This record gives sequence, structure tokens and C-alpha cells, in this order.
Amino acid sequence: MKPEHIPLFCLFGLGVVLTMIVGMYCLLTTRNLVRALIGLEILTKGVTLLIILTGYVSGQVGLAQSLAITLIVIEVAVIVVAVSIVLGIYRRTEGIDSRSIREIKG
Amino acid sequence: MKNVLDVLLIVALILAALATVMSVRLIRSVIGLAVTSVLLTVIMFRMDSPLAAVFELSVCAGLIPAIFISTIGLTARTAPDDMAALRRAKIKRYWLLPVLLVIVAVMLTRVVLPHVEPPLATAEGVRDILWNQRQIDLVGQVVVLLAGALGVVVLVKERKNEA
Repeated sequence: MKPEHIPLFCLFGLGVVLTMIVGMYCLLTTRNLVRALIGLEILTKGVTLLIILTGYVSGQVGLAQSLAITLIVIEVAVIVVAVSIVLGIYRRTEGIDSRSIREIKG
Repeated sequence: MKNVLDVLLIVALILAALATVMSVRLIRSVIGLAVTSVLLTVIMFRMDSPLAAVFELSVCAGLIPAIFISTIGLTARTAPDDMAALRRAKIKRYWLLPVLLVIVAVMLTRVVLPHVEPPLATAEGVRDILWNQRQIDLVGQVVVLLAGALGVVVLVKERKNEA
């Protein structure tokens, strides 16, 4: 890391940590399944920013971009499958509350 | 000036994430998520990552909010009289989050990173890396997308005895 990049790394590193805390707090506290997915998205935004930041300060922008693109693709697949699971739960229980999943068997 | 813009961008990103999590209506949360993605896109552009930024803008600020909005449209709406109770529950559940963020920010600003000089790295083209050095990643992306598509088909398909 070049010395001129250290303030930038500290600033955006702080942003990464705070964004991840917001996402994790949402995941831990909410009972709404759609909101939990939104929390997961925010958590992923922090990870994406971390990848881009480390690529920028280490001079490996190309590698960081390819990893970020891979992450975004995986994120979309995860969200789409998770949303379809939420819709399946809604069909069964008429709600998107995580407490209603406890009653599902099998 | 550049540092001021960086600070403004990162503060706006955290505020947008907070607004996303703390808003009562789900549709506002989704809009907040899209705004967060747009701000992240601007940061990515500023960090010399235009290709990943375009992916972030088109997919995370376009496709994923559309998926969420259609999901919200398919699930039940909240009655207006429930909103006040929801708002009270929300404040009760999330009052700690801004306090926690301020505490962590204050603690982290006191940490000084050690200066480590890594080996000299080169900024290679992203296409070259993606197509020539990380082909397994590409194969993995294709497999994940196919698995996602098949998963959605299996999960959303209506069974004959249910119809």
C-alpha cells in the first residue's frame, strides 16, 4: 500500500465496517423475510466495497473487478432463489414472518 | 476537494444503508437499497473499477430492486392501522443501531494502521484477468446462474395436486 492510500483505506475501511454492521443488525433483528434479504444485500455491499478498495490500494484493480463481478453474479442467484423460497413460504403460511417457518415440517 | 467528496460519499452510503434498514415500509427499504447501490457505483467509478461499477448499477440497482418489488407486490399488504404499531416496534428494535454505529466509528478512528509495503503490483486489464487467469470463476458463475434458474423453476412451479 502506498503511503498516500492509507487515509483513503482508513476512510473506506470504516465505511465497510459500518455498512456490514448495518446489514448484520438487520439480519439479526428482523422477522420479515424480505427485509432479511435486504439486510443480506447491504452486507454484500460492504463486501463488494471491501474487494474494490483492497484492489485499488494494492494496485490490482483488474483482479478486484473480476472478483466483484463474480460476487455480484452469485448475489443475484442467491437473492432470486431466496425470493422464490419466500414466495413458497408465503403460499404455505399466508405470511412472510420468520416465526411462521417454525411450524413447517418435512 | 477529492477527500471531501470521498467523505461525503461514504457518509451518504452509510446513511442510505441506515434508511434502508430503518424505514417502516418495505417499498421504501427497496428504494433505499437501490440508492445505496447507486452510491456504491459512484465509489467504484472513483476507484478505477468501471466494469464492476456498471455491473453493480445494472444488476444491484436495477434487477434486484425489481425482483424485490415484484415479491412485495405478490405478498400481502399492510393495513394502514398496522403502520403505527409497526413504526413503534421498529423504533424499539432499531434505536440501538445508530448508537452502535457511532461507537464503532469512534473506536475505529482511534486505530492506526501499520504501514506495510507490499510487493509491486500491476493494474492488469479486467478482461484479461477474467478470461485468461480466472476461467474457473467464469465456469462457477455459469453454474451458479444455471443452478439459480433451475432452483427458481423448481420452487415456483405449481404442483398438480395444489392447483
